[in-house]
Amino acid sequence: MAQKKPEKLIDEKDVRLDGRGLKELRPMKIEVGVLGNADGSAYIEQGKNKILAAVYGPKEAHPKHLAIPDRALLRCRYHMAPFSVEERKSPAPSRREVELSKVIREALEPAVFVEYYPRTSIDTFVEVLQADGGTRCAAITVASLALADAGIPMRGLVAACAAGKVEGRLVLDLDDIEDKEGEADLPLAWMSHSNAITLLQMDGSLTLDEFGQAVNMAVEGCKQIHGLQKETLKAKYVAVKEEVEE
Amino acid sequence: MKYPIMIRVKQKQIAQLVSLGKRLDGRGLNDYRGIQLEVGVVGRAEGSARVRLGKTEVLVGTKIELGEPFPDVPNQGVLTVNAELVPLASPTFEPGPPREDAIELARVVDRGVRESKAIALEELCVEPGKKVFIVFVDVYVLNHDGNLIDASALAALAALLNTKMFNYEVKEGKIEVKPGYKPLSVKNYPIAVTFAQIDDKLVVDPWLEEEQVMDARITITTDKDGKICALQKGGYGYFTTQQVLEAAKIAKEKAEELRKLVVKG
Repeated sequence: MAQKKPEKLIDEKDVRLDGRGLKELRPMKIEVGVLGNADGSAYIEQGKNKILAAVYGPKEAHPKHLAIPDRALLRCRYHMAPFSVEERKSPAPSRREVELSKVIREALEPAVFVEYYPRTSIDTFVEVLQADGGTRCAAITVASLALADAGIPMRGLVAACAAGKVEGRLVLDLDDIEDKEGEADLPLAWMSHSNAITLLQMDGSLTLDEFGQAVNMAVEGCKQIHGLQKETLKAKYVAVKEEVEE
Repeated sequence: MKYPIMIRVKQKQIAQLVSLGKRLDGRGLNDYRGIQLEVGVVGRAEGSARVRLGKTEVLVGTKIELGEPFPDVPNQGVLTVNAELVPLASPTFEPGPPREDAIELARVVDRGVRESKAIALEELCVEPGKKVFIVFVDVYVLNHDGNLIDASALAALAALLNTKMFNYEVKEGKIEVKPGYKPLSVKNYPIAVTFAQIDDKLVVDPWLEEEQVMDARITITTDKDGKICALQKGGYGYFTTQQVLEAAKIAKEKAEELRKLVVKG
């Protein structure tokens, strides 16, 4: 069932279709430690996106020839459930999913102390249960929490968020329709350590000036998400600590 | 990626040189290797181009066929970019289905052509929802000596500019191919410029040894108006905002130089 394209995505008062302002993130809900078997796991809802992440490892690398003598092999699989999008998506990994798995892995690896676990693998699985634009970013946000939940030493949490251009205006955190109908989409991942940009992609059309503004806007969005990530971890682990002390 | 031992040894040397603003092969930090371009090298293809970027060599061929449009865009033709890292090009390439790097390469080239709207896909529609032309762009890497993305993107653009399109007529719902050809209409000229980050410095057009020691890579594609139309970060390192903005500026300048090689007049 295809939705009809609305006439305007942003009204005269700079209010977007879902009622957000231009620089406003979608409502987010994050949980950690949601799966029983995984060494670490997390769940995120960002607008209509619903994404689960699980981490297994560090464990012996299989197949063995993939093991790296001086560090851990970080693997990542980004996968969309067939029912996560409007038209059923075949469960076989698409080219898009292969590329996203790669860029997500490369966004996470700068944060992980892979050198602490030579010859092992750390496997990160991301399942998109429902998609509504910006899933690669939400996937990075949630996967980095799952890594932290697995107790893997990290330089910092990685938060991700897109900025873009819709109907001539720069906006934060595009949803599906804004991504499809808009002029540009720029997903960016950011790590508080070194103020590092660990993922950066773009499609669409931006002038150099707009590009600079969009990058800064996305980094600001990531900082907000980073705050939320920290709160979520604290809420779980600080609460547990207090119980033990009593 | 696993680093061969020799690369580890070279890493220091390359990084030291870069910190002095020099490179192992004598180039400046913002210099491309020599570029040679030949078009129309494969007669059977609708269009073709071979790019030599230093020792990196890429052949791109295009084919045009009739097919069905995607259901969500029934009145648009289809653009398909595929990349093959054929085993003859490098000891690290193996036969088999495209690996992650081949898929990324194809998708980054695709994004540049698609997002700059270089091909007017609406013009390739024959019968909305039923028949459209599909433009296949096949990237064939022949020798891998680093920076496959820029070489492939350049060759893809040159091949598209070299592509000839059928003359046809639609009569009572049937397509009649008429003799003769016209050039495929190409509306924009996207150029990809790739940087490697080595020891916190950016170098343009990394060759293989630089790629093997780099911390991260960023590709910025700009169109004929100097607007950014595609971007891709790769590798296990990271960039600062400052570096990204600096790279964007240099990419725009470099792209203008490269565009002159492909687009005459």
